[in-house]
Amino acid sequence: MALLEIRNLSVSFETTAGRFFAVQGLDVSVDEGEVLAVVGESGSGKSVAMLAVMGLLPDTATVSADAMRFEGRDLLGMTPRQRRALSGRDMAMIFQEPVASLNPCFTVGFQIVETLKRHTKLSGSARRARALELLTAVGIPEPERRYASYPHQMSGGQCQRAMIAIAMACSPKLLIADEPTTALDVTIQKQILDLLLNLQTESGMALVLITHDMGVVAETADRVIVQYQGRKMEEADALTLFEAPRHPYTRALLSALPENAVGGRLPTVAVGDWGVRT
Amino acid sequence: MLLFILRRLLLLIPTFLGITLLAFLFIRMLPGDPVLLLAGERGLSPERHAALLAQFGFDQPMWRQYVDYIAGLFRGDFGISFSTKRPVLEEFMARFPATLELAFCAILLASVLGIAAGVLAAVRRGSWIDQLTMGIALVGYSMPIFWWALLLIIAFSSTLGWTPVSGRMGLAYYFPDVTGFMLIDSWLSGRPGAFKSAVMHLILPTIVLATIPLAVIARQTRSAMLEVLGEVYMMTARSKGLSPLRVVGLHALRNAMIPVVTTIGLQVSVLMGGAILTESIFSWPGIGKWMIDSISRRDYQVVQGGLLLIALVVMLVNLTVDLLYGLVNPRVRRQ
Repeated sequence: MALLEIRNLSVSFETTAGRFFAVQGLDVSVDEGEVLAVVGESGSGKSVAMLAVMGLLPDTATVSADAMRFEGRDLLGMTPRQRRALSGRDMAMIFQEPVASLNPCFTVGFQIVETLKRHTKLSGSARRARALELLTAVGIPEPERRYASYPHQMSGGQCQRAMIAIAMACSPKLLIADEPTTALDVTIQKQILDLLLNLQTESGMALVLITHDMGVVAETADRVIVQYQGRKMEEADALTLFEAPRHPYTRALLSALPENAVGGRLPTVAVGDWGVRT
Repeated sequence: MLLFILRRLLLLIPTFLGITLLAFLFIRMLPGDPVLLLAGERGLSPERHAALLAQFGFDQPMWRQYVDYIAGLFRGDFGISFSTKRPVLEEFMARFPATLELAFCAILLASVLGIAAGVLAAVRRGSWIDQLTMGIALVGYSMPIFWWALLLIIAFSSTLGWTPVSGRMGLAYYFPDVTGFMLIDSWLSGRPGAFKSAVMHLILPTIVLATIPLAVIARQTRSAMLEVLGEVYMMTARSKGLSPLRVVGLHALRNAMIPVVTTIGLQVSVLMGGAILTESIFSWPGIGKWMIDSISRRDYQVVQGGLLLIALVVMLVNLTVDLLYGLVNPRVRRQ
């Protein structure tokens, strides 16, 4: 049984110009301990689909699916309270902007401990000890000092590490990382990616990596889903996708990798319908 | 932090001097001769008039009067009231608790209700609750304070008879002044009914004085909350599985409070202006009413001294708000 199973997911928003579908007919399945990459250009509905899984979409969004199950439990049929019991404990998410993801008014320690307080029965001192352990595990130097630091006193990379510590607090079974390296500089990107993969290997959790960076996909993913305009274009294991992409959009994406530059210019991912009827 | 406080305290000096100059010039720009006003209808002989002008120092050039006044201030001498012959500072201190009590109750009511209404409107954005709350806030903000006071008096005092029309305490109660705050003194007196009477006397003036600040605070809270609710860290808070109450009441409100605290501080100055009107309407024996009476009597010393002391209070409140701002906003604190 898959850890996360989504069938025919649609997410739409009511706009002044009518109903807009951000995700349409999407099927996703994530197995335990697997690294799934979801790729696609901006606006392809990668984040929206995963926000729907986490139940983080605003009230203006309409989510429907034939099935949306986590460990066999129907997410759509759950009460908000039941959903909240899962969030942060069994499934967690980190976002693109690490500095903006942390609440500027609270210390990093407080923000980690808060998750532990919500989902565990640990005592105050045990929570603090666990938070320090997490800060060490995500590679934050001087964890004692950083425990009492505010987000504005840390770099973007450290904030993302702190976010990962928050997400990992209750050892979730599924971690969704929404473009976790996009806002960071290149050297830090590599470190964060390595950290995520190490944690994934150590804990055996499933990792869904949302990205538009094919390089990241090649380095990390077991399986890849290519999305365009809210629909799944192709799904394959990473090796197959890079060696023999079947969908023309996937081929266009891959041919736009920096190493394919000709005379200093990259081929464009030309705007086309790629078989999508909108 | 200590340096920050010291710097703010040093800044108070030029501000204070500026206010002394304004207060000094302002009262002298009013038409009317204070000595003639003191004499009333009987009038004065020119010799006596000149002697009195000399006695009060009004025959001196303007700059000289100002220098004398400032010199007096540094000795703690705010002047002597023409009409009561008592020191201005003493008169101020006798009335200030009444104003402070009223202003405190008003800002408390405005802050508690304003923040609650603003949060509710923001969380239920676009709903009837939002429309209603903001509609009421707009009416509250636009309403002339004296008219609103009269409406309340007609409804609750004259028609329903629930609250007294004016004053701070029922005539049936007498107890010694301990703190000057009627709520505390009436409680300390232990006289049955005295505390209730003090509360009943406070209700209408508090509502009237709180109306405009309440509307402003509600609107400010709403817009600050709307901004904060759209932040990524709110998504993080929800992704932790926290209850909506904690997400909104702690994570959002704590951030939204940063501009709201500034607004509340600014409203204190508005409140001092509003107190003058409210105290006149409800015959509240505070500094507002005292100032109005003194202006009509051309009691120069009281008006300039009173203005100065009110300005001092506002400056101190602003200083407190600045310090509080550092408390609610860690980004300012550590700079």
